[in-house]
Amino acid sequence: MSATASNILLYIIAPLALAIGAFLPDWAIFLGIVSLAKGLVVLGLMLLWRSGLVSFGQGLFYGAGAYMVGVLPQYVPISDAILLVVLAAIGTGLLAFLVGFLLRRYREIFFAMLCMAFSMIFYGVLVKSESLGSTDGFNVVQTTYLGYVPADPQEMQRILYILTALVAWAACLFVNRYLNSTMGSLSRAIRDNELRVEYLGFDPRHAVHFKFVVAGLLAGAGGALAAIAIGHVDPEMVWWIQSGEFVFVTILSGVGNVLAPLLGSVVFEILRTFAIQYAPNAWQFVVGGCLLAVIMFLPGGLWSLIERSREGEHGPDTSR
Amino acid sequence: MAPILRAENLNKTFGAVTAADDINVAIEPGEVIGVIGSNGAGKTTFVNMVTGYLTPSSGKLYFYDRDITGFDPKHATELGICRSFQIPQLFATATTFENLLIAMGVAETGAMPFWQPLAETDRVARCEEVLKRYQIFEYRDQYAQTLPQGVRKLLDIAMASVHDPKLLMLDEPTSGVTAAEKFSIMDIVVTALREQNVTILFVEHDMEIVAKYATRVLAFYDGRIIADEAPEEALRDKQVREFVIGETLHLDTTAEH
Repeated sequence: MSATASNILLYIIAPLALAIGAFLPDWAIFLGIVSLAKGLVVLGLMLLWRSGLVSFGQGLFYGAGAYMVGVLPQYVPISDAILLVVLAAIGTGLLAFLVGFLLRRYREIFFAMLCMAFSMIFYGVLVKSESLGSTDGFNVVQTTYLGYVPADPQEMQRILYILTALVAWAACLFVNRYLNSTMGSLSRAIRDNELRVEYLGFDPRHAVHFKFVVAGLLAGAGGALAAIAIGHVDPEMVWWIQSGEFVFVTILSGVGNVLAPLLGSVVFEILRTFAIQYAPNAWQFVVGGCLLAVIMFLPGGLWSLIERSREGEHGPDTSR
Repeated sequence: MAPILRAENLNKTFGAVTAADDINVAIEPGEVIGVIGSNGAGKTTFVNMVTGYLTPSSGKLYFYDRDITGFDPKHATELGICRSFQIPQLFATATTFENLLIAMGVAETGAMPFWQPLAETDRVARCEEVLKRYQIFEYRDQYAQTLPQGVRKLLDIAMASVHDPKLLMLDEPTSGVTAAEKFSIMDIVVTALREQNVTILFVEHDMEIVAKYATRVLAFYDGRIIADEAPEEALRDKQVREFVIGETLHLDTTAEH
């Protein structure tokens, strides 16, 4: 996809589509918030994926962000949703920064499994912590928006949607800017040839560490937004199946554009919602079958449909 | 002026195998050093130690009198000790232009700050200039994995050259290319690097290339330097002819009868 087309999508079509989302029916608003919140996690995974890294433990940061939203108001007088999301993102970014010192040294399956190991350690801590509600979790306090307390729950959800859409768009702009920078362009370089990157005078571990922190920060923000929308946190948010779902959506989305994770996440949530509604005993078959179809027929993910439609034909697939 | 590179009693062992055995050499700025030797003689081990890929088992390495023993590739590159590879190390899924642009971006900014665009207009122009200087501009938009071997070699060297190196070590720059291409590749490379005032050290098996381009020859055998002379003398050296070139020496035994 040309840079111009990509810019039109990012700067005009995406904000328009997100704005239109605010006028969706009430039932779809919640779906929209959760989709975009999880899309943030997938956006972070996309960053890692482009460097040839897969994390099976992104639930660690998603859950940590969610729990921060639940725990922080109990100790400090904060109920503002924006502040909580920012603090959760900073907190998970710091967590990723610390964990990253170990993980940046590993690649391939070792990286993926170590990520999962950390998330399962956190899961173990949560289920053993009575004060954090153990396996049941606990409810999140009602949040405010710059001092405004919506009386109607539907209005609150709509405001939260706007906040989530703004965060998601800002995240896409940031990641896009990053990917066009020298360090961002090293993603593909690291995946292709780490030795060469070292002999260009740059330590690839630093780039991996930075990507990991950004991915953790985005996942934390996503977890915080999801927790506010759901109004409840529990250890399932950290469970490896949740992390697997994020990887699933990354494959479904493709990594060819920063908007792909949001698109893929929305499609996945719609697919799952309808699959559960119309095939409550077999929805996993439907979702699994769709993933199979994507891998077989769209190896570049759903985003490759958009690229093909815009370009007719394309060169070697460099997005995976 | 201090030598650009000085090795003192440099050794490298891998278990019972000695890959570098007491190497002592000083390289002056501006020299074009041809490193010759049979396979396993220690040539690449020497290059790997200088460029930080391997850590010497003992001995010292100095770059303009600065001790660089044990430096990693990143630090060696930052100092201005760059290299190319026997098997070109490229970013396979990037185009020729993108490969060079990434190399130039890292060289100029150290990849920071992370929001500064890679494809700045003047950098793109300079990158295209380098592609032209190395005569690979026609391959600008071709993916590295599809490039002919000679072009891959030139791109590999061009990527090393944009870091403004003081010393560039070329590991077999003409291996795997046709005989016709060898001299044109070396002409392009040596001309481009001379313009940058780069000291060149190249590992080579082709003695015609060594004779034409080197101003000095280091001959390796069994981990040691067995000759360190001007090309004409080195290529006439008895040990070099026997152990490096592989000639069977026909000794005149008639005098004994």
